[in-house]
Amino acid sequence: MSTTTATDPADLGIDRVGLADTVTQTMTLAWRATMKMRRSMEVMFDVTIQPLIFTGMFAYIFGGAISGDVQSYLPLIIPGLIGQTVLTACVATGVQLRTDMDTGVFDRFKVLPISRIAPLAGPMVADLLRYFIASVLTFAVGIAIGYRPGGGVPGVAAAVLLAMLAGWSLAWIFTLFGILGRNAQGVQAISLLVMFPLTFLSNAFVPTDTMPEPLQTFAELNPVSLVITALRDLANDGAVTAGVGWALLGCTVIIAIFAPLSVRAFNRRM
Amino acid sequence: MTTQPGLAVRASGLVKQYGDHRAVDGIDLEVHHGEVFGVLGPNGAGKTTMLRMLATLLRIDEGRAEIFGHDVRAEPHAVRRLLGVTGQYASVDENLTATENLWLFARLQGLGRTEARTRGAELLEQFDLTEAAKKPISAFSGGMRRRLDLAASLLTRPPLIFLDEPTTGLDPRTRGQMWDTIRDLVRTGCTVLLTTQYLDEADQLADRIAVIDRGRKVAEGTADELKSSVGQSALQLQLADPSDLPVVADEARRLVGEEAVLTPEARRANVPLTRTDQAVDVLVALRDRGVVIESVTVQKPSLDEVFLALTGHDTHDGTPASGADDHDLQMEDAR
Repeated sequence: MSTTTATDPADLGIDRVGLADTVTQTMTLAWRATMKMRRSMEVMFDVTIQPLIFTGMFAYIFGGAISGDVQSYLPLIIPGLIGQTVLTACVATGVQLRTDMDTGVFDRFKVLPISRIAPLAGPMVADLLRYFIASVLTFAVGIAIGYRPGGGVPGVAAAVLLAMLAGWSLAWIFTLFGILGRNAQGVQAISLLVMFPLTFLSNAFVPTDTMPEPLQTFAELNPVSLVITALRDLANDGAVTAGVGWALLGCTVIIAIFAPLSVRAFNRRM
Repeated sequence: MTTQPGLAVRASGLVKQYGDHRAVDGIDLEVHHGEVFGVLGPNGAGKTTMLRMLATLLRIDEGRAEIFGHDVRAEPHAVRRLLGVTGQYASVDENLTATENLWLFARLQGLGRTEARTRGAELLEQFDLTEAAKKPISAFSGGMRRRLDLAASLLTRPPLIFLDEPTTGLDPRTRGQMWDTIRDLVRTGCTVLLTTQYLDEADQLADRIAVIDRGRKVAEGTADELKSSVGQSALQLQLADPSDLPVVADEARRLVGEEAVLTPEARRANVPLTRTDQAVDVLVALRDRGVVIESVTVQKPSLDEVFLALTGHDTHDGTPASGADDHDLQMEDAR
């Protein structure tokens, strides 16, 4: 060791992290999260195996009963399943964060002179990749069993983008659970408890008009429904409708509520 | 090495409270530039808690602390830029290789891509980890993990390093290697604040030592000063009959001029010696007075003796050392 210490104690300016540094740190931690995904592929099951199995299963089980035949059910169920799969992937975001926060490496993140938000934002950026895989795979399976999206390539591409954005927004809910939870099992339990109503009290699998009044109201205001409606408009019709606007608004509301709560809870823990 | 004026660490009246329990109870600390300062104490004494407060990881309940003149509470970010912290438990990413870990932490601290790569390789070389660079951390031994952890703390060459029990749990050979590494570190001009429960470790590495017990500082000085406060070595006696203990105390005063420490429940007496051959005088005197001795050992002062002398109680307070082990941890969980 011939080198002397480089940081001059007298030479320290402002006591915060700039935006450019925050972005670099977030992307570095996103890289770390993708390395983790690559090393333990089982964390990718929910966005790979699940769309493969669920898409065929739901289409063939409910198709006849709900829409008369499988072919005419596909335009309804494929965007619905994308909504559901992305939501499932969000649950994993929270559970993973909890597991990660319990490991020694988080201790080092805490003591490094880095943005307090980067360890939270990094994995969320990496998870965009998971939402992308989930929605593309679901579309692929759908097309393989006869789904012909009327929106064409631009419509499907727009739907994939919206699904990723929706995943990122909804993930804030589960991120908050991840921060507040005592352990991974607890986070998993509460997340599933929230995920199931959000999934099934929506228009993902069935039209909402047969539901009783209160459920129908919930199902129609459910941000998951808003997103699925927008996905259908984009993929099936290639149309940027008011539904897309409502979906974006729903996502914005979720972020506006859960992002500040998460960040505050996280800072307290950091 | 340029010597800068002022102190690396200045803490006064530090308090950390968990409910009714004061884990750190008004500690003052001054660490000078370029010195190795050892914080010595048993498990649960509050060493780790104190270190975590100074490292911005735990809130300071009372008192204040400065790192190179920067207030820990008011300027945590500035403090973090001046610190390298290596904890008791390796804080590296298990899913990454050694190279990837160093790259990650280097990039997070603002090193450019090329710089991060070369600095990482440099440290792996320095810490004898080049061969294991591409292996997953899960395949690393305890010593290798500690070295990688320390390497990760040195990426930006921080002027102050906190080492929390750097050799606890390591085998003697690895411990020796770690000591060499720490000595090298000091030669580069680093200031080191280390905690340890081993007197010999503090003895080997630290210029000055503070002894911490139950959240309070009970003594401070060089290793020699601390040792001479308890005598150069000690005669430990186990008696057949505890009622003979006052006789031992009596002879210790007469022959050695020291107060023996008596533990009647264990039928044990501990006589501090200024010269080791005084043990013979004491033993002969005791035989003449008909004291039946079951076992005899002559020992250099251990942390236990320093503690007995300084605090009047045992380091473990009757519980086995391993049982007290989790105290600091529990305290942290409680937050």
